[in-house]
Amino acid sequence: MVTAITSFGRSGTSDWLVQRVSGVILLAYFVFIAAVVVTGVDYAGWKALFGQTWVRVFSLMAVLSLAAHAWIGLWAVVTDYLTERMMGTSGNVLRISAQLVIALILFVYVVWGVQILWGY
Amino acid sequence: MLQVSIYRYNPETDQQPYMQDFQFDTEGKDLMVLDVLEQLKARDSSVTYRRSCREGVCGSDGLNINGKNGLACITPLSDTVKNNKLVIRPLPGLPVIRDLIVDMSMFYAQYEKIQPYLQNNTPAPAIERLQSPEDRAKLDGLYECILCACCSTSCPSFWWNPDRFIGPAGLLQAYRFLADTRDTATDERLSRLDDPFSVFRCHGIQNCVNVCPKGLNPTRAIGHIRTMLLTRAT
Repeated sequence: MVTAITSFGRSGTSDWLVQRVSGVILLAYFVFIAAVVVTGVDYAGWKALFGQTWVRVFSLMAVLSLAAHAWIGLWAVVTDYLTERMMGTSGNVLRISAQLVIALILFVYVVWGVQILWGY
Repeated sequence: MLQVSIYRYNPETDQQPYMQDFQFDTEGKDLMVLDVLEQLKARDSSVTYRRSCREGVCGSDGLNINGKNGLACITPLSDTVKNNKLVIRPLPGLPVIRDLIVDMSMFYAQYEKIQPYLQNNTPAPAIERLQSPEDRAKLDGLYECILCACCSTSCPSFWWNPDRFIGPAGLLQAYRFLADTRDTATDERLSRLDDPFSVFRCHGIQNCVNVCPKGLNPTRAIGHIRTMLLTRAT
């Protein structure tokens, strides 16, 4: 048992499941958005589309999935490469810093996403 | 003439590792890579490597041969040599002790972690613990591992986290005991594997499957462990 407190759900099984489910939600969302764009959409149509509650809920679901997906994926990347084994003594400082920056960006995206979806 | 290039490093005399080139006459025979090493050692006794059974059973001579991990004793030149070149390096990712010999401590530490022995909390019967032929068949493709480390040292996840990711060899053995109907410690074993590193650092790239000299499939075993963890926790 390896202790890791910076991973998304603390459990590898949980992170694995969240990564898969969020991936499917993101795929579905991008297929939906691509289909709308491909069929041609003007400003009024776009505004009417996002005026519907289910589109806003679906979009928020995609934003939250993106945050979880990015956290889990980037956590795996930084714990592979930004480590004391790879970078020497600065590894842990660099990794924690990178994780803080990633967490901050994802938090801003989520709040900003909510504002865009319900603020207009 | 075969161009053989061998990784050399003696920490007592060399500042840096270097590649030493040899010209080797195969006399038209399709030798095993180990035969080439043996003859080069007869020529230069300082060439150092591990070997024992010379028939793919002991797992001592795992080496990186022309960029692919394998056992020197069962890798014929015809399988690996292209453009008349044979490049032999130690297994990647582990500290080199000398020439082609690596320090396997980290590999064994991960193997030790999975508690590779049968655990049963019921009273021992007077005879062996019996298994049906069907239950015994579940261990096929698992028990054959000889711990040569070819798989784990070809795995990037193991290169980056050899202290936290158990690696394909250890996980194949972990599943060997999870799948054994005579073992009663399944839940404890799974609990020890649930963290984000031990099993889940595997991203399924199958380098392990590609190199296993015994034709085993650690990726499939890891998939079974993942399914067991998910089934237990959902």
